[in-house]
Amino acid sequence: MDVTQVPLKQFKGKKKNIKMNNKMQKKKRTPQGENGNVSDVEVVETKPVLTPLEPMLPPTFSLSEIKNKQRRHQMFMKLKQDKRKQKMQVKKTRKKEREALGDKAPPKEVPKTIENQRVYDETTVDPDDEEVNWYYLNGCSPFCLNVVLCVIYLYLNSNLQVAFDEGTDEFSSYFNKLTNPKVLITTSDRPRGRTVRFCEQLATVIPDAHVYYRRGLALKRVIPQCVSRGFTYLMVINEDRKMPNGLVLCHLPDGPTAHFKVSSVRLRKEMKRRGKEPTEHTPEVILNNFSTRLGHGIGRMFAALFPHDPQFVGRQVATFHNQRDFVFFRFHRYIFKNEKRAGIQELGPRFTLKLRSLQKGTFDSKFGEYEWVLKRHEVDACRRKFVL
Amino acid sequence: MGEKSRLCRVWVGAETGILKGISPAKKQAFNFSETSSLSRDQEVRVLCWGDPAETEVLVGSVNGTVRTFSTEKGVFTETRQCGDADQGFFTGLAVADCGLVTCVETGRLRVWREESSSPVVDIDAGKNVCRMRQNAAQKNRVATGGKENGLKIWDLERPDTPVFTAKNLRDDWIGLKQPEWLRDAAFLPDSDKIVTCTGHHQVRVYDPSTPQRRPVLEVRYGEYPLTCLSLVAGAQSVVVGNTHGSLAVLDLRKGLVRGCLKGLQGGVRGLQCHPTLPLVASCGLDRFLRIHSLETRALEHKVYLKSRLNCLLLSSGALGEEVGGDVEEVKEEEDELWQSMEKVEEKSKRKAPEEEEEEEAAVEEEEEAVEVEVTQVTNSKRKKKKKGQK
Repeated sequence: MDVTQVPLKQFKGKKKNIKMNNKMQKKKRTPQGENGNVSDVEVVETKPVLTPLEPMLPPTFSLSEIKNKQRRHQMFMKLKQDKRKQKMQVKKTRKKEREALGDKAPPKEVPKTIENQRVYDETTVDPDDEEVNWYYLNGCSPFCLNVVLCVIYLYLNSNLQVAFDEGTDEFSSYFNKLTNPKVLITTSDRPRGRTVRFCEQLATVIPDAHVYYRRGLALKRVIPQCVSRGFTYLMVINEDRKMPNGLVLCHLPDGPTAHFKVSSVRLRKEMKRRGKEPTEHTPEVILNNFSTRLGHGIGRMFAALFPHDPQFVGRQVATFHNQRDFVFFRFHRYIFKNEKRAGIQELGPRFTLKLRSLQKGTFDSKFGEYEWVLKRHEVDACRRKFVL
Repeated sequence: MGEKSRLCRVWVGAETGILKGISPAKKQAFNFSETSSLSRDQEVRVLCWGDPAETEVLVGSVNGTVRTFSTEKGVFTETRQCGDADQGFFTGLAVADCGLVTCVETGRLRVWREESSSPVVDIDAGKNVCRMRQNAAQKNRVATGGKENGLKIWDLERPDTPVFTAKNLRDDWIGLKQPEWLRDAAFLPDSDKIVTCTGHHQVRVYDPSTPQRRPVLEVRYGEYPLTCLSLVAGAQSVVVGNTHGSLAVLDLRKGLVRGCLKGLQGGVRGLQCHPTLPLVASCGLDRFLRIHSLETRALEHKVYLKSRLNCLLLSSGALGEEVGGDVEEVKEEEDELWQSMEKVEEKSKRKAPEEEEEEEAAVEEEEEAVEVEVTQVTNSKRKKKKKGQK
């Protein structure tokens, strides 16, 4: 029975198709003028079917109300095309107007993005603040760093001359050039291929970094040993299903500890058009857009990972670029082609960080006091509000 | 400075050693420390009122000094050394009848008289004291406690032995000792009971009037250490805050969570409920002072204060209204304003009844007449509608 039914259905469908084809053919024929009378009649027949559709549409008509899928699709495509046409026309006329006006043309409108529509954060560091500009008021130069670091600093904190709060915080010994960074890189227990390579490549980016195998040790036990051996940073990369997915950055000897989510890790091998292996010169550091008080802290944390004096011979730059609370890390080599142009070449690895929490003191997830915690469901869901 | 300080209703001590005054009504915050002589040694750890009239704030710093700040004059009037910096930072400060009571982290609970530089009473309250609190009703009773250091209530007039020593919970089923870590305490008014919060996210109620030395009620809240607590005025509930920045109102009768206060981003360091109004102020590591309403649990005020905040002091007056001469002046100005506004009101009143409008419209300019017509039309329409409805 089934066997017989199926071909029947198919046959029916085919019949319809055939009918449709006939109609189509007939329609096509009409303009050609063959069988003029017949075609005219047909057109008269078909027209009342087609034309009443449009005036019959109720004012609140939406395409989704059409029940025939083909028809709906057709209408939708038409609507889309019309919209596009309109848009292009407006664009064209505007362009013509601009060309006609020449120099007098009004400036181009800046598109609205959730970034330039950012909600003002009251913690944004203010340049003219007594409490913030303590060093500045006391007439000390913030740091005696060399030119580029200063430039970087100006960039990082274009409105910051070290705050009193910042000037005396845990990083002050680094920024006062009392300590040199020394970083220990380790992973979660039993890392697999990608994470291991990621650690190795990070160690080539950060000077004076030592990769150690975790050996199942507890971080709270590792930290005192690190302090006694003069490390200033403990960096732990967490791994999930062979992919690095977390980063704990703990400043030693007395904090703070930041916990990041790591995503889109691209190792050197996976990168297109990458340069040769990085050299052992200490790189320059660029920190972009760390504007709020919390952002400053995080920026300082990244800055303190690298030694004070970059070696310009190496022409290497590590960039931490903050955009919409995501921190993008890139590692480049640059070259000045002529006075105006510079070329860059990525050396890798690249990855993205997102802050999860900032904790006061060294790593202590149970009893530590948190300075900032990401609370996804509690904070108002404003997409234009950023914390860094 | 005096004018500024008289405005302030909330006092906050910062990690950078600054005493900050905030006037939530005027949305202003002032620093009452010289910014040129800042140092981390002056980190404010404890604050308390120096006198019942709330004209003096006592500020306890890390380096062992207690400074007196006059809210009338707006300046620090007095500095006295209460112990050395190497004995640990202050964990409690109170004014009793017998003198100034201080407690440091190493457990020295001392009473200082104004005339002498050495303490009158010196009690060893055990190591790692996290908090010392005074009983508001009996000023010479204080409670201390800390890490592996159970709750003790001391009578300062009889300093030899504590009045009450809490007993730790029973060992658990494996026979392991229960860890103790008192982080904050408060005396319940109108009873001997005392409520504490611990670093192991417990809230406990002890009752010294009964022979039972173990807690009579234990509540667990969250999974992170509770840092501070404050009793809600006139209600059997307590507000607790933890290191992750969650605040909750707990009922002390059955130990249930009444509700949570949202909006905090970092750990809570200071927490105080208003003595009369349903308000709670909190400050902490996220550098904000937040004032929540306990009735609606909504955030009422939020002030960014630029450094990490350690402690908090609320004045007992209303937050919105200022006490003093300034306010009266403002009121007078307001009266004048209202008087000037009355005329406008009269005009609008005249417009309301229809008959008067017609008469006036004839007298006054044509434009207004048109308006009146329009209003009449609309009125008649309304009437029609009403009729239709009927």
